[in-house]
Amino acid sequence: MAAVSDYGPTAATMRKRRFLLAAEPWIYASPALFLILTILLVPLGIGVSYAFRNLVLLDPFSGEFIGAGQFVEIWNDGNFWNALRNTLEWTVVSVLLQFVLGLILALLLTQPFPGRWLVQALVFLPWAVPTFLSGLNWAWLFNPVVGPLPHWFVAAGLMRSPENILSNPATALWGPIAANVWWGIPFYAITLLAALQSIPADIYEAAEIDGAGPVTRFWSITLPFLAPTIAITLLLRAVWIANAADLIVVMTRGGPADSTQILASYIFAQAFQRLDFGYASAIATVLLVILLVYAAFVIALRQLIIRAH
Amino acid sequence: MTTIDIRGVEKNFGPVSVLKGINLSVASGEFVVLVGPSGCGKSTLLRLIAGLEDASAGEIRIGGRVVNDLPPKDRDIAMVFQSYALYPHMTVRNNMSYSLRLKRTPKKVIADAVAKAGAKLGLQSLEDRKPRQLSGGQRQRVAMGRAIVRKPKAFLFDEPLSNLDARLREQMRFEIRKLHRELGATSVYVTHDQIEAMTMADRIVAMNGGIIQQVGTPLQLYDDPANRFVAEFIGSPAMNFLDAWFVSADGAPGLQVGDQSIAKLAPPAGLPADGRVTIGIRPERIAIGGETESIGARVELVEPTGVGTVVHLEVGGQFLKLFTTDRPRIAADDLIHIDINSDDVRLFHPETGTRLRHAT
Amino acid sequence: MRPVTLRHAGYWTFHYLLVALYVIVALFPLFWMLKVSVTPNDLLYTEGVRMWPSRTTIDHYTSVIRNTDFPLFFLNSCIVSATTSVCTTLVAAAAGYAFSRFQFRGKAAIAGLLLVTQMFPLVMIIAPIFRLFAPLGLTNSLIGLIVIYTTFNVPFASFLMQSFFDSIPKELEEAAMIDGASRFVALRQIVLPLTLPGIAATLGFVFTAAWSELLFALMLNSSSNATTFPVGLLSFVSKFSVDFGQMTAAGILALLPVCIFFFLIQRHLVQGLTAGAVKG
Repeated sequence: MAAVSDYGPTAATMRKRRFLLAAEPWIYASPALFLILTILLVPLGIGVSYAFRNLVLLDPFSGEFIGAGQFVEIWNDGNFWNALRNTLEWTVVSVLLQFVLGLILALLLTQPFPGRWLVQALVFLPWAVPTFLSGLNWAWLFNPVVGPLPHWFVAAGLMRSPENILSNPATALWGPIAANVWWGIPFYAITLLAALQSIPADIYEAAEIDGAGPVTRFWSITLPFLAPTIAITLLLRAVWIANAADLIVVMTRGGPADSTQILASYIFAQAFQRLDFGYASAIATVLLVILLVYAAFVIALRQLIIRAH
Repeated sequence: MTTIDIRGVEKNFGPVSVLKGINLSVASGEFVVLVGPSGCGKSTLLRLIAGLEDASAGEIRIGGRVVNDLPPKDRDIAMVFQSYALYPHMTVRNNMSYSLRLKRTPKKVIADAVAKAGAKLGLQSLEDRKPRQLSGGQRQRVAMGRAIVRKPKAFLFDEPLSNLDARLREQMRFEIRKLHRELGATSVYVTHDQIEAMTMADRIVAMNGGIIQQVGTPLQLYDDPANRFVAEFIGSPAMNFLDAWFVSADGAPGLQVGDQSIAKLAPPAGLPADGRVTIGIRPERIAIGGETESIGARVELVEPTGVGTVVHLEVGGQFLKLFTTDRPRIAADDLIHIDINSDDVRLFHPETGTRLRHAT
Repeated sequence: MRPVTLRHAGYWTFHYLLVALYVIVALFPLFWMLKVSVTPNDLLYTEGVRMWPSRTTIDHYTSVIRNTDFPLFFLNSCIVSATTSVCTTLVAAAAGYAFSRFQFRGKAAIAGLLLVTQMFPLVMIIAPIFRLFAPLGLTNSLIGLIVIYTTFNVPFASFLMQSFFDSIPKELEEAAMIDGASRFVALRQIVLPLTLPGIAATLGFVFTAAWSELLFALMLNSSSNATTFPVGLLSFVSKFSVDFGQMTAAGILALLPVCIFFFLIQRHLVQGLTAGAVKG
């Protein structure tokens, strides 16, 4: 029988071991954390601070603190509001189209059929194409000089003469949207495929025995089952799309007449072309705030849905 | 000589206290079974011994040496997991030799050890196969082979038979016990199945709610349970429990169920003031047939099981089961008489469930 | 997998038609790019809408390879993408392992942090990064790009690696640790060999992402020594000499490595994403 005096290892050694055990996960996660802190978060903080300073790169006399001056400028900037409107249109249309078309593709792929592996590999290929290249590619497709689409539009009666839709402020946004949708369908299809496969098979079998056809099964089983998770995923992915500037920059540079300028590309234009880091950062800060509020709303919605279920 | 000593061990996961003050000594070469319902803490205790979890308080000694600070690899123990945890990308031979290869044991020694363990477990023809090519019982054996090869100080088993079907489980129970007799190593075995506990253990540790309820040989727990939990958990069909109370009739104290006298017994120590008590009586200790002092009961259901018959009875508004190897000619709704020997009656406190004993 | 009784032949024809439609739409733009790239200049404007030129040529390809800096751009992209994918996978594997195997205080906070980093506009930090990197000599350098790209991809890659690790039971490492391995040795010898498909998928995914990045490459690298091919390709698009033949040829060349890579690993990628994808 152990005497009370040699009862256990000393408190100090237990504490040391517990410390080492607790530190283990942090050691593994530290490279990732270090990178994110130094390359993402610190510059983010710095970026927000630029919003309060007049900072034009090539002007050696700039850099003074001007408080909220640039935010006032934004409020009065017609381009800003235009870009905001465009961002909404761009995001909503892209997300909707990607979702619907991605859903159809996912539905087509859930059931096994001969050659499915090949179809899957081919149909997911657009995802591998660099975004800007898909932008260029579609720009070429829409160009009546080398591309077939304007001529087909004419043949289909949609246009009177072959024009480049990218040159027309009224239709220009559809160009990047088309490229974005083409590129984005695989990603949505995969996510939806995963969700579809999480629905237990016996619910469908029971419905089939009860006499439900494929369409009924879809509306009354698939959609309700998927709706909450899909809604949340969609809303969050929308943020990615809102932030995606490179397609716009590549295809139209925001034109013609700023009809395709979204907030993200406007920021880039201010930073890259006019080298006005201060103003660019101010706009970026506004965009960040909008997105954070939006994300908080989505997460709150998710908590609500989880609790309701 | 490998003993395992556990003193004052506690384990908390955040605010949840899973083990509350465990004290246990396992003798060298003993086969101890930790048994209890899910969540009782038995697996946690096993993992603490293995070093896969860290104790929040208390001391664990293996072979007399305090191991709290030692990682699993330095404790010289082997463990058989419920899911076998065989390395899928290695052959059976490499699975079994992995621990020796880690220590850079010479190849000849490894080959010998693997061959010996393989022979003991009947694995010789399977050495080049991968785990996914084996059946459940074969994987079980490989898991044990992996443990044996190391010649560890102690074996730990975490519900190793739960994933096998009933017939295979019976067979493996026998083989594990046989192996233990041959190797004589200290073993701690966790299960929720009281039959495994009863048939395999040198001593059983019954656990519930993070506390050890009773430690003893299987028959000790069966015949002399320390509380209602142990009495109810051990034995199948389970013990009957009835509400009863002590009365003094004609100056002689007796135990009464409903309005019938069950047994002539003196009240034990620790009885609550109102004389109420819970009595426990095993189904096989109730006899049919009445002489004097027998009890009237109504038959609810008769279940022939081939081995014997289980008769569901109602006595004074309460229900109990009787088990007999006879085939009595009775049917539902019959009124019969049953006999209970007062030596077979176990008394429990109606609230705490503690066993009440007569002061001797 | 949903078992559906294949009753209607009509249903299946419709199914195959739709599938064919998707495949055509997926491949057509790439096909067209290929077609333009092999069309000789004199036929480019006259035979605009034909599905395939009457005469093909590989002049554009040879011109791109011999007469432009494109091979250099291609090489730069290869170096950057390959290095980024290796670094990212290493860092993400460590982080993903930490998330998969450990419960620790602050885990939820870090997971939330990673999620948030996915959400803010990267253009936001272009300016600060430029000002940070310039004095460090990291602008106009491939290393600067590698550092940035690795950081951008670590959150999503960690999520991927975590879901791959989750699919491997913890008991395997525990058994190895009892057999005498330290946790790190168990990770190397037992867990990693089993996650090879996952590692391949993550490598491929990051390679593709790094290969495609345009804006930071544009902003940070102005000298042609460190130019990656997206920027190089964009430079072909000049107002005054719109050489579609060369541009499409360059595009096809740039597309080849990524598409081949992707074709090979997409099945594992889908697996990894479907394992843990539907988390909001």
